[in-house]
Amino acid sequence: MEHIVIIGNGIAGITAARHIRKLSDKKITVISAETDYFFSRTALMYVYMGHMKFEHTQPYENWFWKKNRINLVKGCVSKIDVRIKELILENSSVSYDKLILATGSKPNKFGWPGQDLNGVQGLYSKQDLDKLEKNAPNKEVCKRAIIVGGGLIGIEMAEMLRSRKIPVTFLVRETSFWNGVLPKGESELINEHILEHHIDLRLNTNLVEILPDENGYAKAVTTDKGETIECNVVVLTAGVSPNVEFLKDSDIEIGRGIKVNRFLETNIKDIYAIGDCAEQRQPIGNRRPIEAVWYTGRMMGETVAQTICGNKLEYKPGHWFNSAKFLDIEYQTYGWVFSEKNKQDYEEHFHWRHSKEKICITIAFHKESKQFLGINTFGIRMRHKIFDHWLTEKKDIQYVLQYLKDANFDPEFYKQYEPEIIKKYNAEYGTTIITKKRSWKRIFNKA
Amino acid sequence: MKAIQNIGITIFLVGLGIFTALPFLGNFKLNQKSFDKLISNQGIKSEIFIQDLQNKVVDVEFSGFQSIAPLVKEAVVKANQIHTKNKEWGKKVYASDNDIATAIRKESGYGFIPENKGLMWFLTFGLGIIGALLFIIPQVITLGKKGIKNDHIYHQNSTNKGWIAWLVFIFLVSFYLVLYFYPEYAINWTYLVDPISESLSGNPAGHWFVYGFMYCVVMIVMAIRMYIKYRHNMYQIVRTTSVLFFQIVFAFLIPEIMVRLQLSYAKGYDFKNAFPLDYDFFFNWNLKELIAGGGLGMFILVWGIVLTLIIVPVMVYFFGKRWYCSWVCGCGGLAETLGDPYRQHSSKSLFSWKVERWLVHGVLVFAVVMTGFTLYGFFAETGTVLGIKVQSIMNTYSFLIGAIFAGVIGTGFYPIFGNRVWCRFGCPLAAYLGFVQRFKSRFRITTNGGQCISCGNCSTYCEQGIDVRAYAQKGENIIRSSCVGCGVCSAVCPRGVLKLENGPLEGRINPTEVLLGNDVDLMNLVNKK
Repeated sequence: MEHIVIIGNGIAGITAARHIRKLSDKKITVISAETDYFFSRTALMYVYMGHMKFEHTQPYENWFWKKNRINLVKGCVSKIDVRIKELILENSSVSYDKLILATGSKPNKFGWPGQDLNGVQGLYSKQDLDKLEKNAPNKEVCKRAIIVGGGLIGIEMAEMLRSRKIPVTFLVRETSFWNGVLPKGESELINEHILEHHIDLRLNTNLVEILPDENGYAKAVTTDKGETIECNVVVLTAGVSPNVEFLKDSDIEIGRGIKVNRFLETNIKDIYAIGDCAEQRQPIGNRRPIEAVWYTGRMMGETVAQTICGNKLEYKPGHWFNSAKFLDIEYQTYGWVFSEKNKQDYEEHFHWRHSKEKICITIAFHKESKQFLGINTFGIRMRHKIFDHWLTEKKDIQYVLQYLKDANFDPEFYKQYEPEIIKKYNAEYGTTIITKKRSWKRIFNKA
Repeated sequence: MKAIQNIGITIFLVGLGIFTALPFLGNFKLNQKSFDKLISNQGIKSEIFIQDLQNKVVDVEFSGFQSIAPLVKEAVVKANQIHTKNKEWGKKVYASDNDIATAIRKESGYGFIPENKGLMWFLTFGLGIIGALLFIIPQVITLGKKGIKNDHIYHQNSTNKGWIAWLVFIFLVSFYLVLYFYPEYAINWTYLVDPISESLSGNPAGHWFVYGFMYCVVMIVMAIRMYIKYRHNMYQIVRTTSVLFFQIVFAFLIPEIMVRLQLSYAKGYDFKNAFPLDYDFFFNWNLKELIAGGGLGMFILVWGIVLTLIIVPVMVYFFGKRWYCSWVCGCGGLAETLGDPYRQHSSKSLFSWKVERWLVHGVLVFAVVMTGFTLYGFFAETGTVLGIKVQSIMNTYSFLIGAIFAGVIGTGFYPIFGNRVWCRFGCPLAAYLGFVQRFKSRFRITTNGGQCISCGNCSTYCEQGIDVRAYAQKGENIIRSSCVGCGVCSAVCPRGVLKLENGPLEGRINPTEVLLGNDVDLMNLVNKK
């Protein structure tokens, strides 16, 4: 029986394992050094905040793995011998017929002085969560925390620490929060919301050095503004990069991540790489070669399972989509809406923001053809299926606005803003679009 | 703010403390006149019993602690033995010792408590309400910006099965035990609400009036908490208002007013309480009373049948069982208000789901079979069907399901097993609605394509123990018979993945091969298999 070994029990590796089991009777082994069972990394923040216990982050009950004959091994792979198809662990070795690398990421450190002091950490793994619980259990032990890096994990960290009333200083390199990704209006809305949550937001500010106390703990940071800010904990959230160090001496080709083709194959036969650690040789569409996103990890897992089970399948992620939550504001995106920094020449934006609430949308469309390119929504939920369909059919912005009610996914009885949105568009572009009533028929025909 | 909340907690605990002490306080002494009235009210004809009980209780001083029921029981047993021996069937005493003991207490209380009803009401209910509101209302500020506020639920003793939760559990269970099995101890509570009862129905309050009144008060106070916690979520606000309205108007006010207008027999009728939740609707005595009750009685009889057979399933077809379970029902109403802080305790294991299906459907079968027996007995005018005494089936159901399961376990276990234990494992109406919802309904919780990140908030906060995430992460809609449509999974989802909606039947159940996001030729994939 063919033996499939997967290194990494995150969403990519586990999705691959589950789908291989669905499609075949192959022997499956999953190796992880992090935890005994698969858990949802994205939910670690809720454990610290007390919304959930750690076991709630585990999507499958513990009996699931045995029942589905997915063999779980706890251990750290230190070396791969690709010629004899063998993995070296601390005290043992495992041989494989096919190998899937799904080793995920690790937090970036950019060589800051003091970055390895006690009290300095990232938030990626279960171990990081345990560390945070020790470093910052309450506002008495942690009198102030500094967050370095204004991305998604940074703002989640700020929310987590604020839930325990710990004062937070948030150092963001950019001139406005996440404005490498978000258009100006949206980025500003989030800036305001961060301040509403009593987070000391320092835009356009870089970390210079982390200063130690006599016991080797972080006691303060200095910034490029010449300030020294006292603290007990420093959280480094300046992005992540592929966790591939242990492959350096193998024959597997490494760039920033593990180089793969569209079939997720590495340069070595029978070795695949998926999820955060994989790097596409050729970027797909507007996507980056490395996509450290939950959804792409899952999709690669589904795809590689097909290939391994004899249905060789190209990794073809469909239209880009993503979501996040900035404190109390939910964010969804479908298609491509670029920030001013990365905007294409042909890309034009229509932006609407509620006069009082923290609600806004930005629609990107083609200047000439008016083709709909993508949408960002803050505080309004949208229907994935509808936008996926509209992107495939290359609808124009007028069509999208006209039928926007079909795409609304907010809970029942919520106030709806389509008329206001369309009114603003009509005023700006001199059009006379009238919003169409929601139709179940249209919505479910797209299924 | 914290100080105000602490003052609130203190005031609440004082009120609760006085309320809890009341069953053991006070003095009772029955005079001859009251005794004679009581005996004639109960329709007792046994001279042996009357003489015996008279010696035991008339002009005898009882303290709050002493139970009268055992004395009554002794007298009943003794008298009935003699009457059985003498074949004097007409003289046997059928009234329950608890009822007689409760009536004796109600008639005989004297002293501070019955003489200061208003003051005592204020010191219990009043302080409880003021204290609770002082604790709850500052949450407008302490919870911060509007949005999902579940911080520290698993860090706090009271919501994470710590000692406070166990104390609440003991209190609730004891309260239900008094209500169902030792009602004579509830007499001091009835004095507090006598003025309210008299102004509504014209009668002094019994212990069930205390329960009904308290139910409404608790729901109103905890609904205010819901309004604050979910002030960003219109669905929760509308739903909470609905369930509050139906409890106060339909379950509490209308029945009392019916009694006042003498529109009905001994007790009023709750027009929203559908069979088989209202399990005694088809009991012999109820049918007899309804038929004897003239036009209104007949109307109630027809309404009760139409409600169960037509209105309930048709509404479930259009809106899902949520229209009843989390918008109208009283049990659901208490669960969604008082029980909301405990919703995370429902077990999500596959094992619990198996237990749930056996239990809830078992209770439904029990209720239907029992009703079959009672109806047969009613029309055939017999007390014994297939060699089984109909009365004993009814008694078993009332005791096991009506009192122990729905009351003591259903509500008492909130802080430990979550707020929907009864609705999930025991309610026969929920089982019936569940069939309709699962097989023929427009209701579903739609999963939003591939947006799920498997975080588990939805499953954790599902009060019915549904593993919502198991469906959402596969891109499947959630179609489950047990879902009461409270909407909290959708509310707590950080990525906007879930939406409760009513739509066409076609495509409602949608097992997905590959999640949305992958650009694959699905037909090709399926055909290759």
